[in-house]
Amino acid sequence: MSSFELTIRPRKGWQPLDFKEIFLYRELLSFLIWRDIKIRYRQTLLGGLWAVLQPLIAMLIFTFVFHRLAGMKSDGPPYPLFAFAGLTAWTFFSTAVSQSSNSLVSNQQLVSKIYFPRIFIPLGAVGALLLDLAFSLALLLLMMVYYRWPVSVNVLLLPIFVLGAVLAASGFGLILSALNVSFRDVKYAVPFLVQMGIFVTPVIYPIHYIPERWQMLMGLNPMAGVVLGFRYALLGSAAPWSVMGGSLAVSLTLFVFGLLVFRRMERRFADVI
Amino acid sequence: MPPIIEIRNLSKEYRLGRSLQRNENFREFLKRKLSAPVHALNGSKVAAGSNNNQQDRRFWALQDVSFDVAQGEMVGLIGRNGAGKSTLLKVISRITDPSSGSVVVRGRMASLLEVGTGFHPELTGRENIFLNGAILGMRKAEIISKFDEIVAFAEIEQFLDTPVKHYSSGMYVRLAFAVAAHLNPEILVVDEVLAVGDAAFQKKCLGKMNAVSRGGRTVLFVSHNMAAVENLCQRGIVLERGRAVFDGSSKDAVHHYLTSFSGMPDSDGHIIDLTAASRISVVGPLLKRMELFTEDDRPLLEGMKIGARLKVKIHFDLPNPTNSFNIGLGFNDFFGQRMFTAHSQFEPDRTTTERVGPQVFVCDIPSLTLMPGDYTVRVWLDIGNTEADLINDAARITVIESDYYQTGKVPWNGTFVLKHRWYLEQAADERKLKASGVSADNA
Repeated sequence: MSSFELTIRPRKGWQPLDFKEIFLYRELLSFLIWRDIKIRYRQTLLGGLWAVLQPLIAMLIFTFVFHRLAGMKSDGPPYPLFAFAGLTAWTFFSTAVSQSSNSLVSNQQLVSKIYFPRIFIPLGAVGALLLDLAFSLALLLLMMVYYRWPVSVNVLLLPIFVLGAVLAASGFGLILSALNVSFRDVKYAVPFLVQMGIFVTPVIYPIHYIPERWQMLMGLNPMAGVVLGFRYALLGSAAPWSVMGGSLAVSLTLFVFGLLVFRRMERRFADVI
Repeated sequence: MPPIIEIRNLSKEYRLGRSLQRNENFREFLKRKLSAPVHALNGSKVAAGSNNNQQDRRFWALQDVSFDVAQGEMVGLIGRNGAGKSTLLKVISRITDPSSGSVVVRGRMASLLEVGTGFHPELTGRENIFLNGAILGMRKAEIISKFDEIVAFAEIEQFLDTPVKHYSSGMYVRLAFAVAAHLNPEILVVDEVLAVGDAAFQKKCLGKMNAVSRGGRTVLFVSHNMAAVENLCQRGIVLERGRAVFDGSSKDAVHHYLTSFSGMPDSDGHIIDLTAASRISVVGPLLKRMELFTEDDRPLLEGMKIGARLKVKIHFDLPNPTNSFNIGLGFNDFFGQRMFTAHSQFEPDRTTTERVGPQVFVCDIPSLTLMPGDYTVRVWLDIGNTEADLINDAARITVIESDYYQTGKVPWNGTFVLKHRWYLEQAADERKLKASGVSADNA
């Protein structure tokens, strides 16, 4: 008999994270991410191309509509680069939120038939999209070569903003996936919210279009800092640290809050799903 | 040495009302939450009650269950459907929380509540071995070291790189078992998974289970296969309505379970209301009710013995006068495989007068010879050439062990039983003589 001992009792209220258990199961998280990546583009004609096609086409449309027709300017780099850098971050976020908020429901069988740390399901869904993000970033670099736009040294800070995006998407994903178990309304609300979100995030327009005294408000939007940060790190655009710092702090808070909410709700998943 | 599993006063309550309103949307939830204090203020029990009279129906899936399991013991849990076996395993496996009581588990545990949990149809056999292994709690290194053994056990070498969606159901089950069989936990929790697969493979699995327990590991095993419980387990626990009512040798437990079927209390459990069932219907909810009966027109309340009579009465509506209507019944096994289809079209003496309005069609199966296990019944109504109304999981039927061949032995292996005879060649010669009129046949 091993020294392992586990006591199962009814749980009430807020639950702390069980780091020991997460460590024990760590390999499963990578397996879940690997599975999501493997099956995402199975039996599609274009396969992995879909990862870059979505931001690419959005960029072309935005460039045509907002830049050419409406005369919107970027904050320095050519507008297509400007838009694509923002869309790379935004596409990752929006896809990650929609996928992870549906993740528990679409893995019903796992939830009701086997035990492992449930947080792996929404987190795995977010993690699997990092590969798409990498493809998208690679395409952005190619575009920068095409436009002869130099890579900024700020690129060393890119991981911070990627982390910010992961935390923000995971935070939303954890809360929404847990709510989705009881209320399938989430399935209908998420696509709508994600669609609206792009307008309150400086993806299409540069931050200086917003009066300075209102810019601080942008800091409450976790993705505003990420989008600004992506441009800051890759294209060397100027960006207010007040907004970026605020966003990163909001992302972190959201993530921690998401973990707590998820832990609190997870004990009912198997009974309700 | 303390017991490896210690279960104390374990209870699990499901609320069939409030928290389990699956189809409730957020607006209804808010409305209910917001209106609750108003109802309370008014003291209007009527309003709350009439609104939702099922709201507070509570159901104890487990009630005050306590027992210990010593290391190396192999314990069979038996009981009817809904007795709480699966809930107990779910609580022990940490899938769902108990409502009160506690379980102490002292050892690495793996649970197998379903065959192939986490299998993904788009992934190949090879990929699924890794994924399923990881989900069941194996380390990557462990899976790699056992990989060849798993593949050999499943007998799927040639199809290793084929997506499992192209597998036959037999191959699928074999692969899923193979992965699970190579788990190496100190405690193994298994729910009714040996009831599937072909006979040879089942035998192989039972052998593996036996080896597992002889290797000093502890096994908790739920099954409707009484022969397996008797052969594999030393100890048996019978659950009835959420309570552990018997704890003793597996032989005695099986005996207790089988005898408890006689003298069932009166209830209307054999009447199944179909009006609210989820269905695929072109014309509307025409199927109303289903009633199940067994020998001597007794209501079928719980399990039925192998080979017993099954009489199904289906109440339905015909919206327009027609003489072209039929009812079908499909009996599916655990895996959704169709075992048997009964259709009123197969009735040679079917009357074809025109009918309209409420009707009752009776299907009488003199002897249902399926092997012990759980079966789901699909029912559908055809009007003309259209499938007017169809309900997938209309009813569940449990077939239990019985001495079908009247030899004192319960049948084992296979999907169904058939009357058959055995005789030695010599006897065949005698039969010929008999047939030619030398003496009377005994048949």
